Amino acid sequence: MPTPIRVLVAKPGLDGHDRGAKVIARALRDAGMEVIYTGLRQTPEMIVNAALQEDVQVIGLSILSGAHNAIVPRVLELLREKDMGDVKVIIGGIVPDEDAEALKKQGVAAVFQPGASLDSIVEFIRSAVAA
Amino acid sequence: MKAAERQFTTISGVPIEPVYGPEQLAGLDPQRDLGQPGEFPYTRGIHRDMYRGRLWTMRQFSGFATPEETNRRYHYLLEQGQTGLSVAFDLPTLMGYDPDHALSEGEVGKCGAPVCSLEDMEILFRGIPLGDVTVSMTINSPASVLWAMYLAVAEQQGVDWARLSGTLQNDILKEYIAQKEYIFPPRPSMRLVTDTIEFGARHTPKFNPISISGYHIREAGSTAVQELAFTLRDGIEYVDWALERGLAIDEFAPRLSFFFNAHSDFFEEIAKYRAARKIWAHVMRDRYGAQLERSHKLRFHAQTAGCSLTWQQPYNNVVRTALQAMAAVLGGAQSLHTNSLDEAYALPSEHAVTIALRTQQVLAYETGVTGTPDPLGGSYFLERLTLETERAAQDYIDRIDGMGGMIPAIDSGFPQSEIAAASYRYQREVESGERVIVGVNRFQSDDQPIELLQIDETAGSHQCAKLAALRKRRDQSRVQKSLDALKLAAEGTENTMPRILDAVRAYATLGEICDALRGVFGSYQEKAHI
Repeated sequence: MPTPIRVLVAKPGLDGHDRGAKVIARALRDAGMEVIYTGLRQTPEMIVNAALQEDVQVIGLSILSGAHNAIVPRVLELLREKDMGDVKVIIGGIVPDEDAEALKKQGVAAVFQPGASLDSIVEFIRSAVAA
Repeated sequence: MKAAERQFTTISGVPIEPVYGPEQLAGLDPQRDLGQPGEFPYTRGIHRDMYRGRLWTMRQFSGFATPEETNRRYHYLLEQGQTGLSVAFDLPTLMGYDPDHALSEGEVGKCGAPVCSLEDMEILFRGIPLGDVTVSMTINSPASVLWAMYLAVAEQQGVDWARLSGTLQNDILKEYIAQKEYIFPPRPSMRLVTDTIEFGARHTPKFNPISISGYHIREAGSTAVQELAFTLRDGIEYVDWALERGLAIDEFAPRLSFFFNAHSDFFEEIAKYRAARKIWAHVMRDRYGAQLERSHKLRFHAQTAGCSLTWQQPYNNVVRTALQAMAAVLGGAQSLHTNSLDEAYALPSEHAVTIALRTQQVLAYETGVTGTPDPLGGSYFLERLTLETERAAQDYIDRIDGMGGMIPAIDSGFPQSEIAAASYRYQREVESGERVIVGVNRFQSDDQPIELLQIDETAGSHQCAKLAALRKRRDQSRVQKSLDALKLAAEGTENTMPRILDAVRAYATLGEICDALRGVFGSYQEKAHI
């Protein structure tokens, strides 16, 4: 039996709106993945440490506060420092198109904006991890 | 064989019958269940004349970038015909952090106005006579502090606190349940809320010290019934704590106010507001023995549902907001905020917020729905739905009573798990296409990009520079003395408001005051569950 994909779902920064993160976490779990939900108020350091400890293949960041340009590059930088560049980082939330493009150039694997379907996220993770 | 008839339900899953008639109203006693508008149990409205006498307050929630820019937006909105102010604070402010705190990086001014000192509050209300304009402030964990800053500005303007009218959201229970902007653990937080209710009862008789909220519970994904039940049960919790403090029910109950979502299912929302008034009237009179009519009357602000706005085809959001606003008006709201079309993307641009305000004005002046209270009263469908909503909400209230109250319920994760289940169910319905969202899972089309309000990092550096200058010129020993006195009060049982006021007047910062309180109360860590 194939080992399940391990995903860390995290809420970085001060934003407490966790409806999306929790729904996604549950959907990924229903799709057979192992999901660790960090809860709220995570710093980039806490997120990367949790990802390392839990040995995940994917980090999902949920950000709706507009703080993505401050937070995401810091996560990517820490992953590089810890030689965790094979961990895929995906973002969900309120991220304008220009910012999404810029973040993808910096190494984010995908940005899911409002209206994205749960299926599309599951499918993306499956193909990104298989690649 | 005849195919099974398609099941119609409200958004919350309540079944809707193929037709409603007098049979659905068997058992309805108009005197007992409805009353007249302005008469117990106020199902039809809290005033005999409702909008014939006075329109709802048009109160757009607003704040962004800096206090200076926000003050400009407030003047603009008042010039455009808004009739009350509503302050949105940024995340660092909501969480009790100064703009130079490590956790504030990238967050200053992005979701609301940054206010970290009395100086910022002075700027926020520059040119706005607090004796004449009602102000609502959406702030929870550090509500006492921001309220103290507001009271201090009023003092500077020479306004007697007894004239001040407005609302402090200050509803900490729903933070643990839904919005998650908590700082301290539940019991010390309830003490702070009770301090404000007591202080308000003594000093600000026209100000609502609390806005018991369902909006956020709904935004987190609850059903309409859960929104209603959890909100009213939160209200019961606040009442119990105030009574425990030694206040008499009629001393504070008239100033308890509420805040509901105006979501998309038109009739379900109107039924919800009517059921809310009826349940609360009975709670006040029968559970608590309140004598004053003003204690029995549930007054509420409504906001159209942010979670219903779409990124796709954003102009459709104007329509959604208008229909939701109409439900709030037909449901008898005292105050209303209408969302802007661009809010799935950003905080409202000036252009978008103007349309949102005009939506209320069209509703008020062109549709005729203000001509009589509860115009849909007597509708078979609405009266049936109101009764069913009341019963279902009462079930939840009884269940939470059985758990020992809302704090044990929160500790056990009950409302949180109900909300998580409801929000997952809803998302599955959207995924399957069973629940249509126009432009998103049906009727898609290409979009033109819209112009958005831009907030950049200069807000953060501006606020930090101001704060550094403030720290240099204030009387540091006065600040320290006031923080020490506050700590002492927090450790004991005296009302913290006077000490918070002293600290605020000394230009102690929000972060410094909250850190003093964190030192006494500790910080809350939520148990993360999906």
